[in-house]
This record gives sequence, structure tokens and C-alpha cells, in this order.
Amino acid sequence: MITIEGLTVSFGAVQALRNVSLVAETGKITAVLGANGAGKTTLLRTISGLKEPKTGTIRLDDQSLVHKRTEDIARLGIGHVPEGRGVIGEFTVEENLRLGAMMAKVNLSRGLDEQYELFPVLGERRKQHAAKLSGGERQMLAMARALIAKPSVLLLDEPSLGLAPLVTAQLMHTIQSLCETSDLTVILVEQNATSALRIAHHAVVLHVGKVVANDTASLVAADENLRQYYLGLVE
Amino acid sequence: MDPFLTSRIVTDVLGGLTNGVTYGLVALSLVLIWRSTGILNFAQGAMPMFATYVGFALLSYHFGYWPCVVACVIAALLIGGLTERLLVRRLYGKPEINPIVVMVGFLIVLEAVAAAIWSSTPRSLPSPFSSIHWQLAGKPFALSPFIVYEFATALVVMAAVAVLFRFTNLGLQLRASALAPEVSRLLGVRVGRLLTLGWMLSTVVGVITTILVSANFFSGLTPTVMDGIFAYGFIAAAIGGLESPVGAIVAGVLLGVVNQFVTDYVNQNAVIIIALAILIVSLMIRPSGVFTKSALRRV
Repeated sequence: MITIEGLTVSFGAVQALRNVSLVAETGKITAVLGANGAGKTTLLRTISGLKEPKTGTIRLDDQSLVHKRTEDIARLGIGHVPEGRGVIGEFTVEENLRLGAMMAKVNLSRGLDEQYELFPVLGERRKQHAAKLSGGERQMLAMARALIAKPSVLLLDEPSLGLAPLVTAQLMHTIQSLCETSDLTVILVEQNATSALRIAHHAVVLHVGKVVANDTASLVAADENLRQYYLGLVE
Repeated sequence: MDPFLTSRIVTDVLGGLTNGVTYGLVALSLVLIWRSTGILNFAQGAMPMFATYVGFALLSYHFGYWPCVVACVIAALLIGGLTERLLVRRLYGKPEINPIVVMVGFLIVLEAVAAAIWSSTPRSLPSPFSSIHWQLAGKPFALSPFIVYEFATALVVMAAVAVLFRFTNLGLQLRASALAPEVSRLLGVRVGRLLTLGWMLSTVVGVITTILVSANFFSGLTPTVMDGIFAYGFIAAAIGGLESPVGAIVAGVLLGVVNQFVTDYVNQNAVIIIALAILIVSLMIRPSGVFTKSALRRV
């Protein structure tokens, strides 16, 4: 479980996150929604230690993550699939996955088999350079590379960005299945609110760095004001 | 015996290859640092020079060649690591000119300190193999036991670097840290340590080159022994492509052969002019380097 309390993050004089508090429960999907510049990506980058908070606490179960180095946070079992996927184009599919498995000290061949079963297309392209994959395949690779380390928490930053609706639906279904079949905690940052709310258990809406809604996904989805003013979902 | 083996052309090719492997090793060490940190290390000749002086100081205590070589490698590991930690780490993310100025300054400081401690007088290094050229049918042949040792050492170093980067987990992490440091951190890779390791490895490649150069070129070890070799290594790295270890080695070897032919058939003084002309032409045709696949170059 990830617990965030009173988190404030600044870029110089600009406050990207203002007193943000939320709980991402174990085995559940927490969607973080909001427009561009709402602070969604900054939230994930702060959890992963890429950005230092000004004030506030971030805890993984009982362990504080604030002031820890990014690589140490990753080794605690927090997988982060960054915006733009972050696959290494010069590496083959298998090299990307090997890199993901290395730090977690998992059985490599079993881990590869599991990921190729979850994403069969990656198995077919295991020797291909990641730069030659399609957008959807790269997203699958980025997720597989995070999952192969058996994380307890998965941070997903805009996984649907630039993907066709059908591919987005497949990815969302995969994320949902992962949570149902394991204790994986997912924090899903999305601009595509409709897709995210469909699979999330809980939703947090950010607006210029502040939490404007923090409730179950179904209640957030049903709130007309939120839909209209913050999520851009006009009927 | 076939007179072809002692002919002028074979002599020039073998002589060129001998020089070329050292240019290739210097170019390789430059590429190792460029790929991992985006810094052109102008002290890449001076750092190994200093480590060589430190290692061969053991001669005064009656140690032999091989213990001195081991001491040189240890000194290179320390100098490379400390340079990255104490000097270079402060330069990451700064304007491009900053690391260039700092590393040129570091080169000058190292050469001055080495001259102050050990003097500028050439210091002859022992050699485990004879440098006297073999004779074929009474004619001098371009190879000597030391040159064969030099080739073998260069090949072993190049092969070791290739195996490290291509087939080991450490190599995969080194490459990942260079290509995508932030993503690597997100995957738990300790990027800072790997950058230090990259500088250490590069300095080790440099010190092996310096030991070979100082013994083979009959000039002995001086504080400026690597200046000329560094210039050709730098040209080779730029021609081959700063992103390409294979390109650096191939360009270095070819440059050595061209230089030898220019020396023999034109003039010793024309060597640097021809080398720079090749550099200019190759950069006009392939600005990213002949062996760099992508048209994009990290700057």
C-alpha cells in the first residue's frame, strides 16, 4: 500500500503539487486523473524519487520513501513505467527484459516465459530492437520490463498515450487482470479518463496540483461536475 | 623465403598496424567515456600516463615488469574512479564547454605534476619481449616479439571490452546507464557507480596503451608521451564515430596504416596534415562518423 500525506512539490517558484494526500490500496487500481499540467506525472516521479518533495510523506507500507534514491526505491519493489514508455530502442526486446529482471534477482528464463505468455507478441519479437516496435508493442514491453521484476506496486504514466482505442482497451484489460490475479497495487495516471475509470477501484482527480476529488472510481465517474469541469467528459 | 614478406609494402602495412592498434585503443577509451557521460576527455592521455609513472615507480623497489603492470592497472582504476567522483561528476548537465575546459586544464596539471615529480627526461621502461626485429633470409622483417605482444595485448583488450559490453549483465547495465540513465535508475540500476566504473575501465584501457607505447616507441615514458598518440586517437574516434567502439578501433587501425604510408612515401611532416584532411573530409561526408548508424549525435 502506498500512503501519501501532505505532499508539496515545487519547480522553483511554481508549485506542481499542493498538499496532496491519497492512499493506493494493495491489490487495487488507483487512477490519477486530470488535465495537462495537473501534476500527475510529477506525483509518480516524486514517488519514484526522481523529484524531491518540499514537504509531505510517502510510505510503502511502513517504509518512508522520501529522500531515498530512485534505484533504492525500485529495489523495494516499485515498478515505474514512465510517460513515453522509456524502452531502450538500441536494446532488443530480450535485453530490455533482462535489464528489468536483473535487479530483482528473479529467475530470468521463468520471468521471460511469463512475460511472453502475457504479451505473446514480445516473444515473437524477442530478438528485434525495441526501436522497431509499434507504439502498442513498446508499451507492452515497458510494462513487461516492469512486471518481470515482480513489483508490489506498479506506477503507470499515461499508458494509453498515442495508442489506438483497441490497443488501449487490450492494455487496460491486461492491467485489470494483473490486479485480479495478484496483490499488485497500481497507480494509473491517465488523461483518458473513460478508460481509466472503467478499470479503477479508486480515483483521484488533480487540478493544478491540488486534489479536487478522491473517491471510488464509480462515484467519480458519476459526478457530473467532475466529468465536465475536470475530466473533459461532456455528454 | 618469399621476398614479399620483407617488401616495402608489407613492412609499411605491418608498421602501420602497429601504430594503428594504439590509436584504436586510445579511440576506444575515448568512446567508452563519451558513450557513458557525453564528455570528451582531453586528459585521456595524461591520466594513464600518470598511472604508468605511479606503477613503474615500483621498479625502484626491484619489482619486475609484471608487478609494475599490475600496479599501473590499480593506479589507473584509482585515478579514473577518483577523477569521475571528484572532478567530472560536478560537470554533468553543465554547458558543453565546461568539461572541455576542465579536462584540458586537468591534462596540463597532470603533465606538470608528473614533470615535477619524475622530471621530463625520458624514462625507459623494461619490456618482457625483445624489440629487435626478426630477420627473414637476412632481410629485416617488420615484426618483433614485442610487436606481436603488442598486437596480442590490443586484441585481448578489444575482445574483453566487446565481451563485457555484449554478453555480460554488467555490460548491459553500463550500456543502459549511458543510453537511458533515468530509465536505468527506475529499474534499480546504480547509475552513479556505473559511470565511475566506466571511467575506471577507460583509464585501464589507456594505461595498457601507454605501457605499450612507452616501451615500443623507444621514446620512453615522459609526461607528454601520449600527446601525439592522443591526437591520432581523437581523430580516429571522430572519424569512426564517437558512438561506435568498433568504428573507433577500425578507424584507428586504418589511420595508423595511412600514416605509415604517408611517412614512407611522402614525408613525416605531412602525416598530421593528411590525417586532419581525412578527418575533415569524413566529417563532411558523414558528420556522425563513418560507423555510427544513426544520423543523430548526442551533443
